[in-house]
Amino acid sequence: MNEEKEVSEEEQPLVLQKLQDKFADALLASAEIRQGVAVVVNKENIYALLEYLKTDLAYSFLVDVTAVDNSKLESELIQYDYARFMVVYHLYTYEGETSRIRVKVPVHEKDLKIPSVTQLWKGANWLERETYDMFGIEFEGHPNLSRILTPDDFEGHPLRKDYPLRGRGERESFNFEKQNV
Amino acid sequence: MQGGMERTTGEKMVLNFGPQHPATHGTLRIVLELDGETVLKATPHAGYLHTGFEKLGEHLDYNQFIVVTDRMNYLSPLSNNFGYVLAVEQLLGIEVPERCQYIRVLMAELSRLADHLLWLGTAALDLGAFSVFLYSFREREKLYSIFEKTTGARLTTSYTRVGGVFRDLYDGFDNDARDFITNFPKALKETHTLLTRNRIWMDRTKGVGAISSDDAINYGLTGPCLRATGVAHDIRKAEPYSSYEKFDFDVPVGTNGDAYDRYLVRMEEMIQSCGIIRQALDNLPDGPFSLEDNKVMMPHKSDAYGHIEGLIHHFKIVMDGHGVQPPKGEDYCATESPNGELGFYIVSDGSGTGYRIRIRPPSFFHFQALPHMLEGGMVSDTVAVLGSLNVIAGELDR
Repeated sequence: MNEEKEVSEEEQPLVLQKLQDKFADALLASAEIRQGVAVVVNKENIYALLEYLKTDLAYSFLVDVTAVDNSKLESELIQYDYARFMVVYHLYTYEGETSRIRVKVPVHEKDLKIPSVTQLWKGANWLERETYDMFGIEFEGHPNLSRILTPDDFEGHPLRKDYPLRGRGERESFNFEKQNV
Repeated sequence: MQGGMERTTGEKMVLNFGPQHPATHGTLRIVLELDGETVLKATPHAGYLHTGFEKLGEHLDYNQFIVVTDRMNYLSPLSNNFGYVLAVEQLLGIEVPERCQYIRVLMAELSRLADHLLWLGTAALDLGAFSVFLYSFREREKLYSIFEKTTGARLTTSYTRVGGVFRDLYDGFDNDARDFITNFPKALKETHTLLTRNRIWMDRTKGVGAISSDDAINYGLTGPCLRATGVAHDIRKAEPYSSYEKFDFDVPVGTNGDAYDRYLVRMEEMIQSCGIIRQALDNLPDGPFSLEDNKVMMPHKSDAYGHIEGLIHHFKIVMDGHGVQPPKGEDYCATESPNGELGFYIVSDGSGTGYRIRIRPPSFFHFQALPHMLEGGMVSDTVAVLGSLNVIAGELDR
């Protein structure tokens, strides 16, 4: 996502051109990556952009949804207005040359809500649950936004950078039933 | 799939399938809502084997994390090792020597065989075909002794390193591998005669757990489960990595996307893998088995003990903050693991530890799509469908 990676308008892939035409103001950055393109889009337009990618540009396969806690990555924080989280979508198309596309959305800690894409991809259901579980991103419109990998009564979001590797949420702190010895 | 919703009488029964049920192969749990023997609703639960691999990735250096990848899909640890180091190498912008690429292909295909064999044995065992289990484990055992001789371990292989593999193939590998791929198709034929036209096997798997190709893509299925629906997609063909473009092999596809087609696709994939292994053995290039760049790869032990240069390089690679340090950036790298698309999304902050290591496990998507395949079917089909998906709890929960 560095400045020097950006490409001149003539050479860039068709997909990127189309996205820039349609979402000119919403795109915060764009770059070419191996086997595809990467774009950063603001939160207001994420659903429209993903819907456009899926229905009009045949990116029918949602590869992955995850997030990154940028709180210790100074350069990203500065570039995106100190948004703590970056929700990352990976898409794939079975047609065309630009097979992969990575869409990133900055999310501020004070407003963790982001539209759910479960309407577009059924596979997004668990991915969004995991992202909620691990980072606390709240996907609006999700049918069942509950924890998936950690227990329901777990506290905190383990993949946040301020969550320690050891200490909180360890086995000892769960309420196990005591066995009669 | 006889018996639909119209037979509902209103009496529902909730059956807790797993996490300790033997047919769940580990720690999977499904809550089934039943009306008689018909499954009305299935709710899979994940997380019983959650071990925080992704969090560990943020605290271990790039080479240390290889050990963790062994434990993801524990049926084919070599494929995980391979996929992970490929992602780190792409971040670093390095390419390993051709011999190393071939060795990795060999190992990936052998572990695909091992994975499919275990799947075959257990899936058949779940449906009562005990002899198939014994046949496939007999073959798998041969593979595991090859792995043991090559890597020093049967399961915790940790064979690859960023920039190569940690040692060359042993003398006699060629013999052992050729021996295996010559005899294996015959052994597989035994299974074919036992299962493929077997009335019981066909009744239990044909039309069971079917999913259409559109739904499969929508749910994010990959690998044999996707190909069984008729989508001829294989990352080894679509985005060749590690010299796969030099190999000649077919991508088998099914038509119905049911448990039977998943079985046939996997059976044919094993034959194709044998072909890839034969080509790799025939064309195995000479030369170094790893990058000879001591900024990335550990020097040979004799160098580390015998020369000050080697000792310094050894020290630099092992010490925190001196070893493998990809430049700032991010990359997503997908490989075709035995179960499907195994992706690693790595964000680097320029230090020796990954800033974020995201693993995209194929089983996560397969397990998620389970209700779609179960609902409306019979309760006994649950075992057949779950067996056909090969959901591995290690990579499901990470």
